[in-house]
Amino acid sequence: MASKEEILAGLAEIVNEETGLAPEAVEMDKSFTDDLDIDSISMMTIVVNAEEKFDVKIPDEEVKNLKTVGDAVSFIEGAQA
Amino acid sequence: MARKVVITGLGATTPIGGDVPTMWKNALKGVSGAHTLTADWVEKYDLPVHFAAKVTTPATDVLSRVEAKRMDPSTQFAVVAAREAWNDSGIEEVDHDRLAVAFATGIGGVWTLLDAWDTLREKGPRRVLPMTVPMLMPNGPAAAVSLDLGARAGAHTPVSACASGTEALHIGLELIRSGKADVVVAGGAEAAIHPLPMASFSAMQALSKRNDSPETASRPYDVNRDGFVMGEGAGALVLEAEEHALARGARIYGELAGTSVTADAYHITAPDPQGLGATRALKAALFDARALPDDVCHVNAHATSTPVGDRPEYTALKAALGDHVDNVCVSATKSQTGHLLGASGAVESVMTVLAVYHRLAPVTINLENQDPEIPLDVVTGTPRELPEGEIVALNNSFGFGGHNAVVAIRSTGPKVEMA
Repeated sequence: MASKEEILAGLAEIVNEETGLAPEAVEMDKSFTDDLDIDSISMMTIVVNAEEKFDVKIPDEEVKNLKTVGDAVSFIEGAQA
Repeated sequence: MARKVVITGLGATTPIGGDVPTMWKNALKGVSGAHTLTADWVEKYDLPVHFAAKVTTPATDVLSRVEAKRMDPSTQFAVVAAREAWNDSGIEEVDHDRLAVAFATGIGGVWTLLDAWDTLREKGPRRVLPMTVPMLMPNGPAAAVSLDLGARAGAHTPVSACASGTEALHIGLELIRSGKADVVVAGGAEAAIHPLPMASFSAMQALSKRNDSPETASRPYDVNRDGFVMGEGAGALVLEAEEHALARGARIYGELAGTSVTADAYHITAPDPQGLGATRALKAALFDARALPDDVCHVNAHATSTPVGDRPEYTALKAALGDHVDNVCVSATKSQTGHLLGASGAVESVMTVLAVYHRLAPVTINLENQDPEIPLDVVTGTPRELPEGEIVALNNSFGFGGHNAVVAIRSTGPKVEMA
């Protein structure tokens, strides 16, 4: 089970790999679309990579609720259980 | 009177150089871009051919990692070549609604397609990347170049196998002549050094099997030629309406004086042995350029080094140029670069433009015993000086499907010394 901090760090790595954004820019309160400028195609790639990294399922209908990095971290944390 | 179209920018990434100056320097020297492949898939699939001509410079030297991630290698090569051509043209301001793209490919995103197929089979549909289709589509290179340069007067993709790159220039010329665009970035890209096309070309006995000597495998016109060598890369040319180029004081390499495209309607892969389709293409390109056979001093031949392909091209040149064919010097640059398939016509057009600009024809390597049935004046050893004054050079490209494309480049001189 990964902690909140570990999930954040892992997500930051995935976002960096997909978009080139510095991992430090990926903070809990940042919006994927408004702050990080991540489009829907990149978002789906990030979701699939996160599923693989944290061994969780993130259903497509859930993705639209993941507005901020914090939303994604919380969802992944809950889904691990 | 049709608008005159001139060439003002050149770009390339090839097996003999990652940019135009390096490629040209090597083309004059005569080097081989073919080498033994080190990829594990050669052994894994027990491929009968172990070598190819890969680009010398990774696309990521020019593109950022994130840019490259969303592009098939063929599109990466296209953007690298197009950026070089655009910068070379010196265009600073352009009406983007009057800027078009014509960028060809022969095969398209084969790496993306087959990697995604592996992912689907091994990991399931969830793991197939959402960018898979836009990366594999054959219009990917044209679309990426259009996005990169903000070209909004259309992004076109001729697909005619190994004639594709030359057909892109044909489309570019028509776009400007018809008034639909003032500037066109035309070119071709290919990245098919992948086990599947390699296996397929081997199965049809099209590839050279000279595994013990890759550097001497591509030998157009030689009696011991045994097939072509797979190459990859891209070439790009900035075509511009003459008045547009003159208004901004552009450096002009030469005139894209005429183009033509014909089809053999003879056989899906074999060339018409009499070269009738190629002859019609040559005559049509000369007519389009308002040129006579006697005006032609140089040909960059298609000359892939296959036993059956090189001869009909000679037959066609003889039929189109008559006895003047003996006065024309011919360069078979695939001896150096290998065969870049859908990019070959673009790269060879770049070389043809440089030949008339610098008045130097590049060399053909590996020609030891010339096929007596192809008595062309082939440039070997050292580059050949081209005459002064107004000259015309031709570039031929022929593709599976019976596609024939020819471009005629005119230069009124004077000779420009190399930097």
